[in-house]
Amino acid sequence: MSDPIQLRSDETFTLNVGPQHPATHGVLRVKMEMDGEYIFSAETVLGYIHRMHEKMGENRTYAQYLPNLGRLDYLSAMAYNHGYVLAVEKAASIEVPERAEYIRVLTVELNRISSHLVWFGAFIMDLGGFTPLMYAFDDREAILDILEAVTGSRLTYCYHRFGGVYNDVDDDFIEGTKAFIPRMRKALKTYEDLVTKNIILMKRLKGIGPVSAEMCRKYGATGPVARASGINFDVRKNEPYSLYNEFDFDVPVYNECDSYARYMVRMEEMEQSLRIIEQALAKMPEGPIMPKKKPKIIKPPAGDYYQAVEAARGSFGIRIVSDGGKNAYRLKLRSPTYSNMHLFDEACRGMLIADALAFMGSIDLVIPEMDR
Amino acid sequence: MSLTLINVLFAVVAAIGFAALNAAYLVWCERKGAGFFQRRPGPMENGPWGLLQPPVDGIKLMTKQLVIPGGVDKALFMVAPVLAMFPAIMSFVTIPFSENIVAQNMNIGVLMIFAFASMGSMAILFAGWGSRNKYALMSSVRGVSQAIAYEVPMLITVITIVMITGSMDLRAIALDQSGGFWQWNILALTKSPLMPVSFLIFFVCTLAETNRAPFDLGEAESELVAGFHTEYSSMGFGLFFMGEYANIVIGSCLTTLLFLGGWGCPFGLFPGVWWFLLKIYLLIFTFIWIRWTFPRTTIYGLLNLSWKILIPFSLFNLLLTAGLLKVF
Repeated sequence: MSDPIQLRSDETFTLNVGPQHPATHGVLRVKMEMDGEYIFSAETVLGYIHRMHEKMGENRTYAQYLPNLGRLDYLSAMAYNHGYVLAVEKAASIEVPERAEYIRVLTVELNRISSHLVWFGAFIMDLGGFTPLMYAFDDREAILDILEAVTGSRLTYCYHRFGGVYNDVDDDFIEGTKAFIPRMRKALKTYEDLVTKNIILMKRLKGIGPVSAEMCRKYGATGPVARASGINFDVRKNEPYSLYNEFDFDVPVYNECDSYARYMVRMEEMEQSLRIIEQALAKMPEGPIMPKKKPKIIKPPAGDYYQAVEAARGSFGIRIVSDGGKNAYRLKLRSPTYSNMHLFDEACRGMLIADALAFMGSIDLVIPEMDR
Repeated sequence: MSLTLINVLFAVVAAIGFAALNAAYLVWCERKGAGFFQRRPGPMENGPWGLLQPPVDGIKLMTKQLVIPGGVDKALFMVAPVLAMFPAIMSFVTIPFSENIVAQNMNIGVLMIFAFASMGSMAILFAGWGSRNKYALMSSVRGVSQAIAYEVPMLITVITIVMITGSMDLRAIALDQSGGFWQWNILALTKSPLMPVSFLIFFVCTLAETNRAPFDLGEAESELVAGFHTEYSSMGFGLFFMGEYANIVIGSCLTTLLFLGGWGCPFGLFPGVWWFLLKIYLLIFTFIWIRWTFPRTTIYGLLNLSWKILIPFSLFNLLLTAGLLKVF
């Protein structure tokens, strides 16, 4: 643990971390003012992969915009699908059959685990350990196989539809998911033994990267970052959508505010997702996956609609302003990492670069989602 | 001891050959080892079990363009990779592989190896300073502070061994431990009850000295891109890479000679040189094992470990051993 030192603004140099840097996991650029290895300030520079997703939402019909959602956060695309279809369903008052909603929850939670597994591997790789990445990808592969069989894609899913899902799940999916749960529990135990209790990892994460609850509120940080700072906020619990109030699951909250707390929150969330999957599998009814009556062309009445969902990285909100036409008049995406990343500058001042990059890994960045 | 030119040439060629062969095939071992720890096969394409991977890699490195970025300090930039490889090869000259197999035995062998080992950190400094790259510079500064921090406990531990043996001759040190594994320095509890701790200190220092994980802060790729060899391409990089592996072999040889009885065999079976090779490759396997299991430490964690734990412990051990030698 480094003691706070007095940094001098007149003896700094600029270090460009990115747009091509191994720790940024994408084309993120962080302009750091450094005093030796200490960070004086860090400015996040976005815009390298800006694709105008919000503008695209305004000049495409609602259905045409659906595939875009899988290309924001490519690691937890399912939650973004979910948020968008829920928002449009709310706007156009479309009923969703119960089975379809169960399938949505199942796929979203599976996707959450796969997203956390990628984060886990990449985060430990940021800390210099390679092997956990391979283990995590091995387990993630099982999820991808399950999801590929029903959705047709492995990463940028476009599975949820207005009113339901694209196609029904089969027995293979049910059996595969059932077999996956014990496998994942075993894997989580392995991770705990191999990584979580590792003394080097603890030394590198405990007390590093303090993010206070005030800071989270100031920058609008959500998800595991906020929950590791003692803020008990999970959209699934606080503003229940879909079927989430029917499931019994806990929201892991830590008060330590450090990187280790963020790590622990995500590791426990995987276990909680497994619990939701178990319950959803047990409760899932038979029935249709699309409503009988559904408008061919979606034209929500004029109005302002908002829907938030809990994506893997925090609260993803989508606001649709409709003027009654085929396209949205205005579509605003509120993505979690965009807010989470912006506390980096304030939090990393006075930190050593090695710690700052570990801290950045603990925020769990997905650049296409920040820079949409 | 007659030193003819042919003898010297033969010794140097043998040392280069051994170092280069080891460096090349240790990369293969490392990748296979990584594959083993990560549930994957590792290189499999070139030759049976990927055994032709090292020569193919070598050809690739040698045929690539050597890019010299604008604004570098050309002399330092060019000299650094050579300086990384050269001391490692020279150290092989004095390492005895068995009682008779040694290129050139010297009565100050230990001193010579450590003199050359400290040149390795100069290569890092030259490369980082000459590259004109901020990441490389930060890496070289780290490298030097790391080298200083770890050479101190390492040398103190070696002084303990030299005191016990009364010689700086590696051959004499190994011969001193002959006669069964309870005579090895790692288990020589009668000479100093802290010997196993000494071995641990020495092993940790070897990891740090050779820039291996979890102490590979000089080339911490998630922080400093590629550290001091960020700007190097082609064989410039290749020499750094080979130097690293040659240093690992040197480190394992030294650990074996100083603590594990050199070529001394627990129960005969086959000639001493095979025991020596077995011991060093077991140590190298441990190096690989550690690299693919642990995350990296930070620079302050590393310096704290050295100055606050390893140095006091090794100093205490030195005093204890000296006292025990005086008493008994």
